[in-house]
Amino acid sequence: MSDLALRRRGPLSSLIDAVYRHPRLFLALLLAPPLLWLGVIYLGSLFALLAQSFFSLDDFSGVIVREFTLSTWTQLMAPANLDVIIRTVLMSALVTIADAIMAFPIAYYAARYARGLMKAAFYLLVMMPLWSSYLVKVYAWKLILAREGIDTWVLDKLGLKFLLDWYLSLPVIGGPSLSASYTGTFIVFCYVWLPYMILPIQAALERVPGNLIEASADLGASPRDTFRHVILPLAFPGVVAGSIFTFSLTLGDYIIPQIVGGSQYYLGQAVYAQQGTAGNIPLAAAFSVVPILIMGVYLTFARKLGAFDAL
Amino acid sequence: MRSDRSSLLLKLSAIGGLIFLHWPLAIIVVYAFTTEDKSYQFPPPGLTLRWFAVAWGRSDIWAALSLSFNVALVATGLALVLGTLAAAALSRARFWGRDNVSLLLILPIALPGIITGIALRSAFNLMDIPFSVFTIVLGHATFCIVVVYNNAVARFRRLSPSLVEASFDLGADAFQTFRYVVLPNIGTALLAGGMLAFALSFDEVIVTTFTAGQQTTLPIWMLNELVRPRERPVTNVVAVLVMVVTFFPILAAYWLTREGEHVAGGSR
Repeated sequence: MSDLALRRRGPLSSLIDAVYRHPRLFLALLLAPPLLWLGVIYLGSLFALLAQSFFSLDDFSGVIVREFTLSTWTQLMAPANLDVIIRTVLMSALVTIADAIMAFPIAYYAARYARGLMKAAFYLLVMMPLWSSYLVKVYAWKLILAREGIDTWVLDKLGLKFLLDWYLSLPVIGGPSLSASYTGTFIVFCYVWLPYMILPIQAALERVPGNLIEASADLGASPRDTFRHVILPLAFPGVVAGSIFTFSLTLGDYIIPQIVGGSQYYLGQAVYAQQGTAGNIPLAAAFSVVPILIMGVYLTFARKLGAFDAL
Repeated sequence: MRSDRSSLLLKLSAIGGLIFLHWPLAIIVVYAFTTEDKSYQFPPPGLTLRWFAVAWGRSDIWAALSLSFNVALVATGLALVLGTLAAAALSRARFWGRDNVSLLLILPIALPGIITGIALRSAFNLMDIPFSVFTIVLGHATFCIVVVYNNAVARFRRLSPSLVEASFDLGADAFQTFRYVVLPNIGTALLAGGMLAFALSFDEVIVTTFTAGQQTTLPIWMLNELVRPRERPVTNVVAVLVMVVTFFPILAAYWLTREGEHVAGGSR
């Protein structure tokens, strides 16, 4: 012990010791590197992008005019662009609702009935698809939904292929094959984001105190009443927390609709096309303000509903 | 009441949901062995190991793999340093603007990835920074910080500050305190966070398409194959490879953090 205490200290080491005795200074030094990184690189480029939405593209020369103008914003309000925004928001909402419905039984079973090994298995079985490769999952669905793919094969074997053909003949949701229809896009979105919904709901359900449920039963409520009036309201912040992910991720995705879906653009694809082939960074910047605004409103409501405590 | 029986319907829908989550991954594995290379015919007309040999001999796959590996390694290293610092600062201290700092940490994953990507790309253009491994790493580290932070912050909260003070009182210097007191306490959480960050970076495609320029990481290679297929079975083999490479870090991360605090991976 004494040789530790008596060891000669380098100047750097005594400097750190001195800093540690001043909590504020120590805190500032800890925070400086991550804050600088995120503040300069991330926020810096984010604001630079937003600022560019007030520039415009010269249609003839294809050069970006660096003068303040609102013309890019009026361009964003064109009916074709509004269609893209509405289509994306609608898809995000539908995916969120479908995921909440699919996630609830899994989360409910895992939180209230699964024990020990079973619980670990459930947790792992939800975590694995969450962290496994996004592209691999999208690719798997392309294989499944393709015209000659497994879904057609299964239905054919079951003698139910006429159902698929009838479904594909429907306007709007149908198409030449499932992999080139709104339905296909919808299925893949639901699949890819489902684990993001399960985990927060499960976490919220785990926190429902057992004695509340017993009290409800003691007071004469049927299991159905208990579920409706006790469990569901307490689990709701978890659903909202999960919906932040499903909604935001659908809103900005440009790869899934490109691989599985029709020719209609989604918000992410519009941003991608504007900055890429069109070279119209100002319009791409204006487009990317839309999901930021939508998420800003969404997060404000989510905070009011207590979702942040359930994250 | 925990003892009540689950209804059959609940059990079936829970298990059905889990099967829904996993069977597409199984399909990929089957397709990696198919002898049919022109279409997605199911069931495969025959099984072969040929595509593994073909993929092994493709230099473009090896180049993409090694780029992805290097990027993930450097991005994880940066994220480990920055995420740990942020976690150490935010775990106990209360100060003005604390909520804003934690909002800033989660912002890169709360906002759609395409926004991070395009913002970085336009910033690189504005500042005339050419695309390189460095620009990819810059983007990846930004969203990996929060993964490390999430894992580390829970562990820091359980680390009693009196341990650190005792170490100083007994004459240890700052490096010794970190090495012998702090690190053993947060080590497994950092390892878990690092592995998840690695898996996240290795697999990332949305931000990468904007920051890579002409370089091809493995996910970008796959994306190109998805949009313009050349040899479909080879893509299947690579997909299986990616599944295997990301599987083990995830399993290890689960193993390392399984006691008590599950850091909900929900925040990706």
